[in-house]
Amino acid sequence: MGDIPVTVHKHDALIVGAGGAGLRAALEASKSVNTAVISQVFPTRSHTVAAQGGVAASLSNVEPDDWVWHMFDTIKGSDYLGDQDAIELMCRMAPEVVIELEHMGMPFSRLQDGKIFQRRFGGHTKNFGKEAICRTCAAADRTGHAMLHTLYEQCVKNHVIFYNEFFALELLMNEGHVVGVLAWDIANGGFHIFHAKATLFATGGYIRVYKTNSNAHINTGDGLSLSLRAGLPVEDLEFVQFHPTGIYGVGNLITEGVRGEGGYLLNKDGERFMKRYAPTVWDLASRDVVSRAMAEEMRQGRGCGPKGDYILLKLDHIGADLIHERLPGIWELAYVFAHVDCTKEPIPVTPTAHYSMGGIPTNRFAEVVLGNMEKPEEPVKGFYAAGEAACASVHGANRLGSNSLLDIMVFGKVGGKRMAEFAASLPEHVPLPENPGRKGIEEVKNLLNGNGPERMGAIWDELKETMEFNCGVFRTEETLTTQRGILKKLCERFKKVGIADKGLAFNLDLIETLELGHMLDFSKAIVEGALARQESRGAHYRDDYPNRDDVNWHKHTLATMDEDGTIYLDYKPVRMKPLTVPTFEPKERVY
Amino acid sequence: MVKTVTFSVFRYDPEKDTRPYYKDYRVELRRPGMMVLDGLNQIRWEQDGTLAFRRSCREGVCGSDGLNINGVNMLACITHIEELKEPIVVQPLPSMPVIKDLVVDFTDFYAKYYLVKPYLITKTPPPSDRERLQSPEDRKKLDGLYECILCACCSTSCPSFWADPNYLGPAALLKAWRFIADTRDEGADERLEIINDRDGAWRCHTILNCVEACPKQLNPTEAIAELKKAIIHRKF
Repeated sequence: MGDIPVTVHKHDALIVGAGGAGLRAALEASKSVNTAVISQVFPTRSHTVAAQGGVAASLSNVEPDDWVWHMFDTIKGSDYLGDQDAIELMCRMAPEVVIELEHMGMPFSRLQDGKIFQRRFGGHTKNFGKEAICRTCAAADRTGHAMLHTLYEQCVKNHVIFYNEFFALELLMNEGHVVGVLAWDIANGGFHIFHAKATLFATGGYIRVYKTNSNAHINTGDGLSLSLRAGLPVEDLEFVQFHPTGIYGVGNLITEGVRGEGGYLLNKDGERFMKRYAPTVWDLASRDVVSRAMAEEMRQGRGCGPKGDYILLKLDHIGADLIHERLPGIWELAYVFAHVDCTKEPIPVTPTAHYSMGGIPTNRFAEVVLGNMEKPEEPVKGFYAAGEAACASVHGANRLGSNSLLDIMVFGKVGGKRMAEFAASLPEHVPLPENPGRKGIEEVKNLLNGNGPERMGAIWDELKETMEFNCGVFRTEETLTTQRGILKKLCERFKKVGIADKGLAFNLDLIETLELGHMLDFSKAIVEGALARQESRGAHYRDDYPNRDDVNWHKHTLATMDEDGTIYLDYKPVRMKPLTVPTFEPKERVY
Repeated sequence: MVKTVTFSVFRYDPEKDTRPYYKDYRVELRRPGMMVLDGLNQIRWEQDGTLAFRRSCREGVCGSDGLNINGVNMLACITHIEELKEPIVVQPLPSMPVIKDLVVDFTDFYAKYYLVKPYLITKTPPPSDRERLQSPEDRKKLDGLYECILCACCSTSCPSFWADPNYLGPAALLKAWRFIADTRDEGADERLEIINDRDGAWRCHTILNCVEACPKQLNPTEAIAELKKAIIHRKF
């Protein structure tokens, strides 16, 4: 392999990732500074496109609502691990960002009076938990698609610069500043250095590390590992959301909107078991509660089917017309993936790995921050993160449904504005470090020139199967210790990995192998965080420590990685002080 | 004994091959309901890492894996292997330049999408603190239009699109009608100006391949007919 050229590009603001958070940030930053977006896929193919049920905002279009109720629900949903300043900001800004989307042209479904349609969703209530409320704004069950396309359309209109099918290889830092990234041109091959005054990671979540999941192939958490490798921390990775209703056998998502519209879960006795687990809102409890209830039913032998390994989601009683009008995408998915006509029969479902609560630590301005129990948070100059890649933390230990599309709109907007202000304040770019991107270039060249005997497929298979088994809905010291050992072995094997494709043009073998390296790195942080956290909170459930322990564990996990790949844990306090309202103190969590 | 099926896959590596060829692989059907994408992944992860294709959401909504499978354009991720005749011939979308194997260059397809001004155009400012109102009936006019995933299955199945390199094609035209049909949009004139052209709506000869090809069951031909009507109404 001869020398592969390195091209340098210079922009004021650089956004990595073109999902909802990245595009919203790009729209904001491009108003005032030269802004470029690099994306692994063409923007409308980002995973936001798959979001179904909606985006939460207290618009009060159906019934009176209040952002403080939304804030309370989000904090309770987070099992009190969410940072209350960021949560207040998000819930207050929700109506504004949703209305902006409508003004941009997003095709929301409508109520009879012409206002944006809103539906019920898990964990969203009126009056501090009294009963379920219609808060989730939807475009049928294709809200993410409608949102992502609308945002991209606006980027086209506003001439945002895109580098599509570019894969980030290394986060570049100099003099304590983040100064851009090194990336690989997927279609043609070749290294590209993007030199920027401010860089925002909107690189998405890390769920592909689980075998049964609802996520796109690209959700391999690359941004997290790039941060870890640059010596920066990641936060709360042990909190992985398992969505209650993945299609049995494949894991594809069936929106919570099905239950919001009146669908419910049944065990093999035809019982609506959720009434035993969540006496007030039944099937509309938050996702961690419902997933655990389903898993518990199956553990106790009340699962459906010959193996007792699924639960039924019944919705035919809401009527074919309503299903076709409000849940057309679900009808299609159930039909294609489960061979079920859900207007007539229930859908077989199991919990499916769905969302990463953890991510790159940020404050409420989407600035990436350092800090711990002793040192207060301090921003890393020039570095921002938003969306599923980030941990603000608005979701704490468990995210409420329809708060993710909200998160990406709010912190995309806030981060885009903030990074543009920072970029504008710098007269010059901070120079690139000496020999910029050396590690990323070596990583690629070693794969292209090397001849390792291991293959990514086999290692990845074992990784995702064992993560699911040992670090899934239920965890114990034993399973997590086992997984720690497995990861150690897999990392050793990965050192001997080779690729079959040695070409430059669209080398998927190279990309998938790089992604596997990312997954191995942050999986260690998931497992170490989970092993250390001797309590159960939100989505992190330890059979050996079944209760929440606020005395010892009401704090965020921070993980860093040293040169040889060892993970170190540290902690930081939860930001309990909201901006304008009194603190919501931790309480027992009952739905 | 696990049942296997033969995939005959179009291969082309621009750095090595002077011409494309087909390579056969045996794919094991390990569970019911496997999709063509599952087969391609099995090939890549277990047999031949050099195979390249695009994929992401694996549920028919991101539009990455439009392919020509047994002669018909479809999405690999929502096409059941068991419903296809053997050998399953997997080719890139027709009429687009091949980058490698099943990966084609979308530059021309996107350029045509940009040409129709694919964004809401408004002249009247929206209310400052709330959404614009739109009746459910008016919103219904967008059903069957807004769901497009830009997979290019329609345009690359269209003989007019193959024959005329300047033809906007069904995907771009459907997108144009999605905005013109939106009661909130005020850009119909500027869009119709572009579309009223021999390479615009008038190049459609209602062959209907696009309707057949669309994996989202949309009807670009009908949208193009609406555009033609709108152009004529505008004249008189």
